Amino acid sequence: MTVLFAYKLGGLCLFFMGFTALILRSHPLKKIMAVNVMAAGVFLLFIAMACHGRVGVAIDPVPQAMVLTGIVVSVSVTALALVLACRIQETSGGAGSSEGEHPPQGDS
Amino acid sequence: MNGSGWLLVLIMLSSFVPGIIIFGLPEDRVRLRTTLNLCGSLIKIGLIVVLNVGIYLGYSYEIRLPLVAGMEVYLHADPLSALFTTLSSVLWLLTTIYAVGYLEDSPNRSHFFGYFSLCVTVTIGIALAGNLITFILFYEMLTLSTYPLIVHRGTPQSLRAGRNYLVYTLGGGALFFLAAAWLQVLTGPMDFGSDGFASHLVVEHGPLLSLLFVLLIAGVGVKAALVPLHGWLPQAMIAPAPVSALLHAVAVVKAGAFGIVRIVLDVYGLENMIVLGLLPLLTFVATLTILWGSFRALQQDDLKRRLAFSTISQISYIGLGISLADHRLALIGGLVHLVHQGIMKITLFFCAGNLAETLGVHRISEMRGIARRMPWTMGAFTVGALGMIGLPPTAGFVSKWFLGLGALSASNWVVVAVLMLSSLLNAAYFLPILITAWFDRPVGPWPDEKNFGRFETRLMLLCPPLLTAAVVLLIGVLAEAQISPLAWVRFIVEGYLP
Amino acid sequence: MPTVSASFWMVLPVVLPLAGGLLCFLWRQRSLWLPLAFALVNLIVVIRLTRLLLIQGPLHYQIGGWETPLGIVLVLDGPALLMLLLTALCGAGVTCYARGYFAYRISAQKQPGRHERQERFFWPLWLMLLAALNGLFLSGDIFNIYVTLELLSISAVALAALSGKPVAQLASFRYLLASLLGSLSYLLGIFFIYRSHGVLDLGLLRAVVEPGSSMTAGLVLMSCGLLLKSAAFPLHFWLPPAHANALAPVSAILSGLVIKGSLYLLFRFWFDTFASLISPAALNVIGMLGILAVFWGGILALLQQRLKLLVAYSTVSQVGYFLIAFPLAYHDATLSVWTAFLFMILAHGCAKVAMFMAAGTMYLHSGHDRMRDLHGIRLVMPLTVFAYGMAGVNLMGLPPSGGFVGKWLLLTGAFDDGQWWWSVAIMAGGLLAAAYVFRVMSPLFQAPVGASIFDGRPTPALLEWPPLVLSLIALLLGLFAPGIMALLTANGGAVISGGLP
Repeated sequence: MTVLFAYKLGGLCLFFMGFTALILRSHPLKKIMAVNVMAAGVFLLFIAMACHGRVGVAIDPVPQAMVLTGIVVSVSVTALALVLACRIQETSGGAGSSEGEHPPQGDS
Repeated sequence: MNGSGWLLVLIMLSSFVPGIIIFGLPEDRVRLRTTLNLCGSLIKIGLIVVLNVGIYLGYSYEIRLPLVAGMEVYLHADPLSALFTTLSSVLWLLTTIYAVGYLEDSPNRSHFFGYFSLCVTVTIGIALAGNLITFILFYEMLTLSTYPLIVHRGTPQSLRAGRNYLVYTLGGGALFFLAAAWLQVLTGPMDFGSDGFASHLVVEHGPLLSLLFVLLIAGVGVKAALVPLHGWLPQAMIAPAPVSALLHAVAVVKAGAFGIVRIVLDVYGLENMIVLGLLPLLTFVATLTILWGSFRALQQDDLKRRLAFSTISQISYIGLGISLADHRLALIGGLVHLVHQGIMKITLFFCAGNLAETLGVHRISEMRGIARRMPWTMGAFTVGALGMIGLPPTAGFVSKWFLGLGALSASNWVVVAVLMLSSLLNAAYFLPILITAWFDRPVGPWPDEKNFGRFETRLMLLCPPLLTAAVVLLIGVLAEAQISPLAWVRFIVEGYLP
Repeated sequence: MPTVSASFWMVLPVVLPLAGGLLCFLWRQRSLWLPLAFALVNLIVVIRLTRLLLIQGPLHYQIGGWETPLGIVLVLDGPALLMLLLTALCGAGVTCYARGYFAYRISAQKQPGRHERQERFFWPLWLMLLAALNGLFLSGDIFNIYVTLELLSISAVALAALSGKPVAQLASFRYLLASLLGSLSYLLGIFFIYRSHGVLDLGLLRAVVEPGSSMTAGLVLMSCGLLLKSAAFPLHFWLPPAHANALAPVSAILSGLVIKGSLYLLFRFWFDTFASLISPAALNVIGMLGILAVFWGGILALLQQRLKLLVAYSTVSQVGYFLIAFPLAYHDATLSVWTAFLFMILAHGCAKVAMFMAAGTMYLHSGHDRMRDLHGIRLVMPLTVFAYGMAGVNLMGLPPSGGFVGKWLLLTGAFDDGQWWWSVAIMAGGLLAAAYVFRVMSPLFQAPVGASIFDGRPTPALLEWPPLVLSLIALLLGLFAPGIMALLTANGGAVISGGLP
């Protein structure tokens, strides 16, 4: 039980650390990372929940399914965010007159 | 006995359909557009004649369309709505003829006539509304469909006038809407013509009902230009003359006055009004408006502005009559003024438009001897002005006579005094115009004279005011005839004060 | 077997646009017929579902026959169907408009390659978004809703960034972060809810929900996420730049449809699934937020110089109205506030789509959307201006529009409950809306000054008619009220499949 509790606490901590970073940090990359940390925190919570900690009782598969789905979603969202961040970097940093020659494409 | 409610729908469609078609017409299809307009209004008048005869014979016409719980579109024709529909549609026909002449060669006529037809449609809707929610429905639509007409010229002044119009009317509409929703929650859905709400509510919610009455009157009072809610009307004078005619005689101001009548007689009911003690309040506002409008009219040099302030004052005679509604004669005077004021005021606006369009004359100081150049127009103007002052044998005399008798029978000496003072003021601001027009010598050329050959102005501009002036005299002389506004108003009053 | 055919029809609104999106992505040919065909088929399917709903009542379907804890359940009831209808209608309109929009820009000979590329990316993304929205309305469990929410934000963000302008990219990056934050908050909420009961299915949840700290925490987190995604007042910061800087059809989709998804969910959670957890205090907080949103959005809309920003801020203000419906729905026994809420969503959806499309057409013609320089545009494109005006009537809540019906129901609801103070805010918000709508109308009605600034090309029918038709639908929505009521109470009389507690 205590281990599971530690997992859950850790998950929550991660979530709020990510949240704080998302609010406070201004660099796009840091913001993306912050969101990923938050996501990891939530996943950790789910995984911890799946395990009842009781011997002989089957582990609940539903949270694991949710985490798997969540990871897929989070990867694709991160990809999109990275593309956008790169594009912003290019247009604001570089000579930048060729605005949007390659519009970012959403992957889902 | 039941007539078909579809007659009411047909009456509304007879102006709505031409309006929609006109929106789609290209600018240069003048003939088709005029034909459509005239056909529409003639059909409408025909249908309304049928309606009037039916109502007189005791048929009732109604149609219902329930929308959601507590919200029902309900069209219903009673003698009072027949009065207003008849007035609006006859004046619509005349104004359309006038507008065709007036707007010859000006841009955007499709829009103009389209919105014009819409305006008339929703005005008829206001007249035929059978409950408060239907009334609001058309009342707000009237605001929207008149806005494009007021800003029709697209000049900065007209845009400012339009903005002011919206500020006043939408604000008033919001108050009205609020009060109506509240009232409906208190009293339940209520059709016009029932005897007002149950009297136990008066005991329970007296102050709230009084507050709601004030809100409702403020809502319609904006359109009826009650002081201090009248500010938009003089500014809206910037619009073309047919629009002024529409605002003052056919639709907007009339709709406001009609709303006051409906609220007092059909929403609250006379008995409740007396119990709540609200009638003196209305009397006060009406007398204040009558005097204030007349005073302000005295100070204007711009002819149309003077007419506008005169409207503010005159329209409140209707409210005054209603506020003495427990006295039959005053009620008759107020209701008949709904018709009389419309015809007289439209005559004056037609004439003012003629002067502006033909000679470029906008100010009273420019009108010296103008009757020599345009005797017919000024003749009609004179009839209208004398009617406004209330001299016999014009229509204006009839309504003032009944109002005066009503005030006397109510022993309300303040009102009697106000009526006399206001007649004096009317004379004071109309007679100088007549004197300068007929007896002064013209000085120099007119500001912007156009020549129209044999007649003093375009025939289409000349006929409508002559016709309405003749009517002003006729319904004054023949007031006691079997078919006259007065006879119809007596028929209406039968229903409220048996 | 009726159930098989019913379930078959229920899957289509999700599968069809998804397939369409993939096809459009592979096909890579600019053409109208493929997306339009999918949008129209979607509309037909939804109409077919309407008939099914009217005959059979609320429908349920377990995908692949898997039972509830593991499988995915689709549920269709009155409110969900109305949302599907709105999406399908606006979707068809946007599809037509977008084709006209891109064709017009490509034919302008200014960077045609860029516009062609934009169009190629637009279609798959848009159909993807359509699939996600339909899935959102049909989903029957809270986790599946999370997935559709994420799909929705991904496609919405990509669409918002499509214009390629640096401002738009920055705005959509912020949009992405905001909506990610919302999703994660929602996901954390799921954790708390699953922890206490071990169910995700909406119907099962409704049955087992009982007040408790874990459930409350879950609901609060989910609601915060949804509020953020709906741009409810203090969380609206991301909306105006993202909506105002996107391409016109994209702005229309984002403002008219995407926002509605999360708002609808919020309302559904609070008054259907988790209704027994709700306290009046929470509702009053939401209502207060609504009032603040109405005024903040309205005042900022009044201050804008650019047309599209004005319309975007008006969305912020309108979201406030939906929130004001919350405290009024609590005591409501006659379901009139449910009706009011859905009415306003439908009316606002159609109107906002029409408004952004009309604004986009004006932008196309004049090359900018600075309001004071748009004078005389009424003569060039009367239908577009008319559509804008009609949509504005809806926002003001003037008759005969759907907004009017919604407002009337809200007002009577407020007075019925004795909560009259909300009515003042409702009316004042309407006047504010009138002020900012007519702030635009006024220059449009102005007579043109000087030489025409508009390019002389005639407005294509595809640009003119979709906004007009949608704004007229919104305007006459009040007349469809009996039909909408029939849908809401189909087969049994309850608004939602489980009925209100």
